Amino acid sequence: MLKRVLLVGLLAGLAAGLAMAVLQHFTTVPLIMAAEAYEAAPAGVATEPAPAATGHDHGAMGHEHGGSAWMPADGLERTLSTTVATVVSVMGFALVLIAVLLLAGEEITPTRALAYAAAGFASTGLATALGLAPELPGSAAADLVDRQLWWGATVLATALALYLLIRAKPFWAKPVGVLLLVAPHVVGAPHPDGYASVAPAELAAHFASASLAVHAVMWALVGASVGFFWQRVRA
Amino acid sequence: MNTTLNSAASSAVKVKSDVRTAALLALIAGIGLVFTTGFAHPELLHNAAHDWRHSMSFPCH
Repeated sequence: MLKRVLLVGLLAGLAAGLAMAVLQHFTTVPLIMAAEAYEAAPAGVATEPAPAATGHDHGAMGHEHGGSAWMPADGLERTLSTTVATVVSVMGFALVLIAVLLLAGEEITPTRALAYAAAGFASTGLATALGLAPELPGSAAADLVDRQLWWGATVLATALALYLLIRAKPFWAKPVGVLLLVAPHVVGAPHPDGYASVAPAELAAHFASASLAVHAVMWALVGASVGFFWQRVRA
Repeated sequence: MNTTLNSAASSAVKVKSDVRTAALLALIAGIGLVFTTGFAHPELLHNAAHDWRHSMSFPCH
């Protein structure tokens, strides 16, 4: 069983991940690069006196934004680096989807996998975007760890809520499901005090919708390929 | 007869626990991969996965 799970996760992640890398290359990545050009323009003045702005203490440790770590060069290197990250990440999503289907006692067919993938999109794409809108580089944001914690908690609560609302039988499942669905948004996502983005609003709006569409396609591809490969790999 | 039934039942239990073990391992591995590419803080990982993190609207920077 474990062999089948891992093999299907690997194959589905590879197929869906490579397709996602191509899709991103033509949709979200050009918008990210355009935003970086805006981010870099006014910072052109600030790059020179950077030590004064960022403080000296990070220089030695070099893990904040010191720029000491490797960074892919624009062009083929950046595309390859993004592709590897995408494929590895999509493999992760595929494995999570298989795990949830198995734990829920579902038979893994393309239709079933796609239905659970839709719930995945509602959890990691829609629910999180309601609190934390997709960000272009250079936009203002609250503390990273706070936002990551809210993101993780929201995904967990939403996924559990959808399971309780759609699949669970007990009488308490529906009210608890509604509570879990709403709770992250009542608590509220961490937000910055002001706005800092230098990219035009049109660019940010375009990016927000492109990012959500790409996210939806990611889950659709993961669902379809998990269903497809599960039917074909016997271990 | 009884022995066959018993062994059938125990192998069904074994299959069920096999499935659960495999699912839990896949869950841990999957979350690990998503975390490493999407959320881990080391600058090297952040830089390598930068465009993917933004595309997926994972909290970044």
